[in-house]
Amino acid sequence: MAQLTFRESIARGIAQEMRRDESVVFLGEDVGAAGGVFKGTVGLLEEFGGIRVRDTPISEQAILGAAMGAAMTGLRPIAEIMFSDFFAVCWDIVANEIAKSRYMTNGQMSFPLVIRSGNGGGLRFGAQHSQSVENWAMMIPGLKVVVPSNAVDVIGLMAASIRDNDPVVFLEAKSLYSSKMDVPDGDIVDTLGSAKVLRQGSDATLVALGAMVPRALDAAEELATNGINCTVVDVRSLVPLDTATILREVSATGRLFTVEENPRLCGWGAEVTSIVADEVFYDLDGPIVRITTPHIPLPAADALEDLAIPSVERIVTTIHKSMNS
Amino acid sequence: MASTKVAPAQSDVAQKIAMYKSQFALRQFETRAYDLFLENYVKGTSHLSIGQEAIAAGVAAAMRPTDWTFATYRGHAHTLARGVPMTPVFAELMGRTNGLMAGKGGSMHLTSVEHGVMGSYAIIGAHLPIACGAAWSAQYRGTDQVAVAFFGDGSVNIGAFHEALNFAAVWKLPVIFFCENNLWMEYTRTSDVTAVVNPAADRASAYGLESIIIDGNDADEVYEVTSRAIARARAGDGPSMIEAKTYRHGGHSRADPGKYRPAEEIAEWMAKDPIPRYRLRLLESGVSESELLEIEAQVNAEVDDATEAAKAGGVPGEDLLMKDVWADGGAAWRN
Repeated sequence: MAQLTFRESIARGIAQEMRRDESVVFLGEDVGAAGGVFKGTVGLLEEFGGIRVRDTPISEQAILGAAMGAAMTGLRPIAEIMFSDFFAVCWDIVANEIAKSRYMTNGQMSFPLVIRSGNGGGLRFGAQHSQSVENWAMMIPGLKVVVPSNAVDVIGLMAASIRDNDPVVFLEAKSLYSSKMDVPDGDIVDTLGSAKVLRQGSDATLVALGAMVPRALDAAEELATNGINCTVVDVRSLVPLDTATILREVSATGRLFTVEENPRLCGWGAEVTSIVADEVFYDLDGPIVRITTPHIPLPAADALEDLAIPSVERIVTTIHKSMNS
Repeated sequence: MASTKVAPAQSDVAQKIAMYKSQFALRQFETRAYDLFLENYVKGTSHLSIGQEAIAAGVAAAMRPTDWTFATYRGHAHTLARGVPMTPVFAELMGRTNGLMAGKGGSMHLTSVEHGVMGSYAIIGAHLPIACGAAWSAQYRGTDQVAVAFFGDGSVNIGAFHEALNFAAVWKLPVIFFCENNLWMEYTRTSDVTAVVNPAADRASAYGLESIIIDGNDADEVYEVTSRAIARARAGDGPSMIEAKTYRHGGHSRADPGKYRPAEEIAEWMAKDPIPRYRLRLLESGVSESELLEIEAQVNAEVDDATEAAKAGGVPGEDLLMKDVWADGGAAWRN
């Protein structure tokens, strides 16, 4: 058992799989010699060498195109897009090429690749380096979308993503990079499409993702002191989506609150809301409430960014108000 | 402007006959595909290679079966030239279950992994970095496979082209970038919207590559120059870019009669039609008229048979609709 940060867990997860499988290769900007701009890949170049851990030019289409071409010919590449905002300059390769080519070729090709990317706000980087783009990825048929919320899950879900035979967009909440937790020794391999119930309560179910998970847990803690006992579900993977766990936990409490970092419109919580309304409507005791970033570009100033992204305080207030109305 | 002088063709007679047969077959296939449109057997759109067959035939002849082709949406010829039979290609155009991809890809996305045809890509330039990835995989695994990516003159002004060229040069990848310069970027003359005279070749030096311009209507020249570039890539000496001057006899796509092109230009290029030209060269080198007639009859019969076999295919249904989004064969995104 060792205490690891979220960022250290990334390198550990990748290294675990690169040791196991020679077909796993890794490419991206500043990922080798520099160890990643967020220091998430420190030590990989030293252990695996420059032929497996390759620094690239600032060419996001080339990075993802290369990953795709390598995957279709037998490798298992991991590609880094430094900030998820940069998906906007290479989205063709993600949405039109990687996601569709298995289907279009009637299953002739496989794309066992992982695209990992720093996602979301909290670091005061402004509107082009702070977006939460999980909803972009989620709406493209053919992409799996994984969003871990803690260091242990980073390792296990990274391993599962690398071993998966489909393309996985692996979004790392930048605001969690320095969070720490005890991580067991030895290999950790998790399962995609499995949500986790982190806390059980009888009054309301909070469904959260990525950086919103610790905030939902803190909010639940505070609400408990006011007599509102909440279940907290960590979604962990938007595609595949563990609707069984979500539906079960919503039915058990009769209330659903989603906690989403993405901007409001078409956020992942809207899909969850629709599924819950379709399938367990008669188990609900009150309205479904989505707690999201407003539908705005993220501002840079710390005071404004804190107002935009759901805070523990906003989660508590919203739930409190809704439960007592 | 630099240009590589090409030695006279050295390929042997059997191979030349095979290249003639390939070009003739591509022409007959495309002509039939056009007819099938008019008869409403083929829906949607299609981009024919009529006039550009020497490139597909010449490059394919220079490749090994284990090498990879990355084609564009004008990809029927490149797919067939690698040995994919006509029936599944016709059937794919018609949207039938016996299609190359059971109707799920269509004319613009022909793919046959078993023949090394690693896809036809309908977003301009997108496949150039993807070909780099296949080349990287060959380099990493230590095989001597080579990736060949075809693109048109219109692709040279899109970002992916430049990203791929730089990337391939920096990583010294075994990839050939093959520009089919047919002078027209869809409905616009390429020279009207391009900063250099030779859209691909004049950019080569920006990536440390040799500027190579060839006659794309001469299958022997295509074969020779491509063979050299492939040998270089196999030897670990990195990428090459070849610009082949050619011309499409028809419009950009099914909907385009191509009337924006001056009559003199069309006449000039019709006179350089690669197929009669190659046929004459074979006759002059001693191949008999009767042998060529026999080959042509064989091809025509093959086109007829393949047309009928394709038409006999089934109409795809719901089982195919929901198949193969994921590697497990299904389309489920939730439990």
